[in-house]
Amino acid sequence: MIPAEFKYLFPSTVDEAVRMLAEEGEDAKIIAGGQSLVPVLRMRLAAPTALIDIGGLTELTGVRDDGDSLLIGAMTTHYEVQRDHLIQDHALLLRLVTDTVADPQVRHRGTFGGSLCHADPAGDLLAPALALDAVMIIAGPSGRREVPASDFFVDYFETALAPDEILIDVRVPKYNGWGAHYEKLNRVAQAWSIVAVAAAVQVRDGSIAAARVGLTNVGSGPVRATEVESALVGQPVSAISEAALLASSGDSYKDNLARVLTDRALTAAVAG
Amino acid sequence: MTATAEPEVGKARLRKEDARLITGQTRWTDNLQLTGMLHMAVLRSPVAHARITNIDCARATAMPGVAIVLTGEDLAAEQGSLPCAWPITEDMKAPPAPALAVDQVNFAGEAVALVIADNAYHAADALAAIDVDYEELPVVLDLQEALLDNDLVHPDLGTNKSATWVYDSADAGSGTNVEDEIASAEVVLERTFRQQRLIPSFMEPRSVVVDPSAGMFTVWSATQIPHILRWMLSAVSGIAEHKIRVIAPDVGGGFGGKLQVTPEELLCLLVARRMGRPVKWTESRTESMLSAHHGRDQLQKITLSARRDGTVTGLKVELLADMGAYLRLVTPGIPILGAFMFNAIYKFAAYRFVCTNVFTNKVPTDAYRGAGRPEATFAIERMMDELAAELGRDPMELRQQNWIKHDEFPFNTVAGLTYDSGNYEAATARAMELFDYEALREEQARRRSSGDPVQIGIGISTYTEMCGLAPSRVLGALRYAAGGWETASIRMLPTGKVEVITGTSPHGQGHETVWSQIVADRLGVPFDDVEVLHGDTASSHKGMDSYGSRSLAVGGTALVHAADKVLAKARRLAAHMMECDEADVEFATGSFSVRGTGTVRTLGDVVLAAHVAHDLPEGMEPGMDADATFDPDNFSFPHGTHLCATEVDTQTGMVKIRLYVAVDDVGTVVNPLIVDGQVHGGLAQGIAQALYEEAIHDEMGTLTTATLADYLVPCAADLPAFITTRTTTPATSNPLGVKGVGEAGTIASTPAVVNSVLDAVRHMGVRDIEMPLSPERVWTALQGGVADASTPAAGGLGSIDSQGGQS
Repeated sequence: MIPAEFKYLFPSTVDEAVRMLAEEGEDAKIIAGGQSLVPVLRMRLAAPTALIDIGGLTELTGVRDDGDSLLIGAMTTHYEVQRDHLIQDHALLLRLVTDTVADPQVRHRGTFGGSLCHADPAGDLLAPALALDAVMIIAGPSGRREVPASDFFVDYFETALAPDEILIDVRVPKYNGWGAHYEKLNRVAQAWSIVAVAAAVQVRDGSIAAARVGLTNVGSGPVRATEVESALVGQPVSAISEAALLASSGDSYKDNLARVLTDRALTAAVAG
Repeated sequence: MTATAEPEVGKARLRKEDARLITGQTRWTDNLQLTGMLHMAVLRSPVAHARITNIDCARATAMPGVAIVLTGEDLAAEQGSLPCAWPITEDMKAPPAPALAVDQVNFAGEAVALVIADNAYHAADALAAIDVDYEELPVVLDLQEALLDNDLVHPDLGTNKSATWVYDSADAGSGTNVEDEIASAEVVLERTFRQQRLIPSFMEPRSVVVDPSAGMFTVWSATQIPHILRWMLSAVSGIAEHKIRVIAPDVGGGFGGKLQVTPEELLCLLVARRMGRPVKWTESRTESMLSAHHGRDQLQKITLSARRDGTVTGLKVELLADMGAYLRLVTPGIPILGAFMFNAIYKFAAYRFVCTNVFTNKVPTDAYRGAGRPEATFAIERMMDELAAELGRDPMELRQQNWIKHDEFPFNTVAGLTYDSGNYEAATARAMELFDYEALREEQARRRSSGDPVQIGIGISTYTEMCGLAPSRVLGALRYAAGGWETASIRMLPTGKVEVITGTSPHGQGHETVWSQIVADRLGVPFDDVEVLHGDTASSHKGMDSYGSRSLAVGGTALVHAADKVLAKARRLAAHMMECDEADVEFATGSFSVRGTGTVRTLGDVVLAAHVAHDLPEGMEPGMDADATFDPDNFSFPHGTHLCATEVDTQTGMVKIRLYVAVDDVGTVVNPLIVDGQVHGGLAQGIAQALYEEAIHDEMGTLTTATLADYLVPCAADLPAFITTRTTTPATSNPLGVKGVGEAGTIASTPAVVNSVLDAVRHMGVRDIEMPLSPERVWTALQGGVADASTPAAGGLGSIDSQGGQS
């Protein structure tokens, strides 16, 4: 299928990209890895007047150690996230989630920041970003600002990003020594999750010191299972199954999955 | 010329066509670039049923690069009606089928207008500038509601019923009266199964190029049926058949989905004629899913009668088959192909089959891998499990009690066929051994008693199918418009190389390799000395093309006959050259010799002598070519035993195939590697029907699964490692002993998987789950409910809109 005509721009710095975005107006789009935008363009579900390709902004690629947290460049590909030692050591959950994203071709092209900005509630990376208290670092015409994940995801395919802003980095606190697991139910390998649960657990002296639980595709955005998290604090590992029942209260299939998969994710995180 | 040392038939050769297909170093239709070529884009109806009140093309016509914009009205005088070659009954109702809608659209995706432009981009851009006014009509989607005739797809027909086709064993003299059997039966089971609508999902989207230059119309098309296409294009367009040349270059899959005379093929031809320039059309994936024919879509009401001891007695099949909005090439006949297979391998005394074909406002259905036979096999294999459950019997033992024994062949079935051969005992014994049936039954019992959240089930499918389509007299009796023979030619070139021309039209099967193996053995020439030409009506003027697992059983036999003709002539010439009596000439590994002497002439020597023609026997024509056409006396009947073990997660409804054993008896195997490939692919497609694929329409008749993100085609990662092997009971109906393998895996696997899942959860009160067995449907069934038949898959491209930030 053939996209509608658009102007193609290729900035070499973040500032230039921000300037281009301002100049081109509301009908311009940033294109990162293109794994969601290109199909949309080809099906003519979107017809932006200009595409600003930030694929040349090497400053947005890679993972840096920033003391108590990691800074993940928005243009870091899923493939790079999977193989990054800092992520493996300090944010294991992100690696485990990223392992399940689509297929190798998509993981080589698609980017961490692009997935977050696309904000598809079925996308895998939103729930762990929310659960791990990630912070979005955003560049715009009036400088930089930081938005916590809890404020960043607004609705279906909608974030706190203004039309003239670009996500440049994601700050993720270090979770050293936490167990982690992503429990994903999807029908075929390349299909989106029906429901998935991202869990990270800190166990000290046989009891749970802290837990983080994020749910994928149960609402208009990622959902943090705060009741589950707080119910687990100070509890023995054996309390997981009961706490997991707090992940959802309804009778629907997805409600059931939220509870079952939360149980499984936490259990595996502790065991892992 | 060196003779081949070991036989080619039976050798697991890598396919000679693969290097070029895999690397793309070949000619796909869309690769063609002709001087002055125009590009066609098709505007499709967004609504399922409406009158077209106005089409305004002015803006589109003025767009850059646009040569012309055409509507159905513009082409009304020349486009005729797309052909249906299978009027199954004398009184079958068939609506006119314009390639481009004229005043009414009957399914969402139907072609409404064409843009012809200087490149594909300009053509695509101009589509949006065509303004069409629709006056919407009531949409008919549900088969049972359609039968009520409250709203009509085609008001002129006065009904949504196209035809009713009946086979009754009492009338045919092949068995007793089914109503009598049911009335007197000790056990009667009645079940209704739904065959969901499927999309063939060939890898290469359809593509057509028509070149009207040089006094001919040359049509390249990604089709399975170049010969039938040429005939039908001529019949519909009025262009003389000898002025049309059809070429199916390398074609990337079909699965029946390219067994069609498509609107777009005809439209490209008409546009090329009008413009006097070459025209190309290539579809996108979504366009393909919205407009290329779909498969299956039946409601099956099955009544089975039996004695308490497990002996089956009667089988009554009442089908509703969804035609969609039009009757395409063989649409009405697809469910009828199943009519002969519901009784399967079992000895029923009585059988009755009634199929009612129904119009709806959906994409037309037509052939899809198995075509009628997967539906039949699914129903009977599900019923055998239902009977086993009802009687508390082991499902394999029950099948064994009822199947045709090896020493009962040839066997005349209650559906009027003669099964020439088969050995269900051997295939089953092998499968049971590879599967470790007893150990799995023990594990199943353990998990049941411990209440394990993961239950396991065992599913059986002891299938047969009718292949090698088809004896022409049978097709005639079924009112099919063509024959079922196949043809082959062998051209012996002066250097000893061999050109084979086949009337079959491979689109991924590997005929070039297999045909070469057969000829290498027959003529004693090296495999690499054989070139197989196909898919071009200029080199192969007649043929019935590829579908219905027919190519090897029918086309391969024609090839053997052609080779035998070459040898017969060569033997006569060899005798002349060696100055001996023809009766004393022996032929082995590519050489003729005189019995009891050292005198030898290679086939190459003889071919050269025939070519130069300096010294031929009295009356012999120069050259060493031969043609043969073969019309089979009977179908071939592959069979096999498939066993599937699934794990069902009762907390999520997720089904995982743990073990799949397929033992197929496809007769003699020419190339085991290719047979394995066909079985693997077939299994994937059959499993996909059981677990994943479903074309879903919303209440307006819009297809909501029109991308591969929404329509779940499984990939290798989603499937288990199959255990495949074979038993060999050669077919008696052809000299190769082959039966056909293209559809076996698809036909066998769907019921094996569904039976397995039901076996896992039957003790929890679940008797049936509609296909595909999505986790939600399985879970809902376990909660005691029935899941909505059309819950779409989660996520998918359908949910993407244009909002949001970077992607």
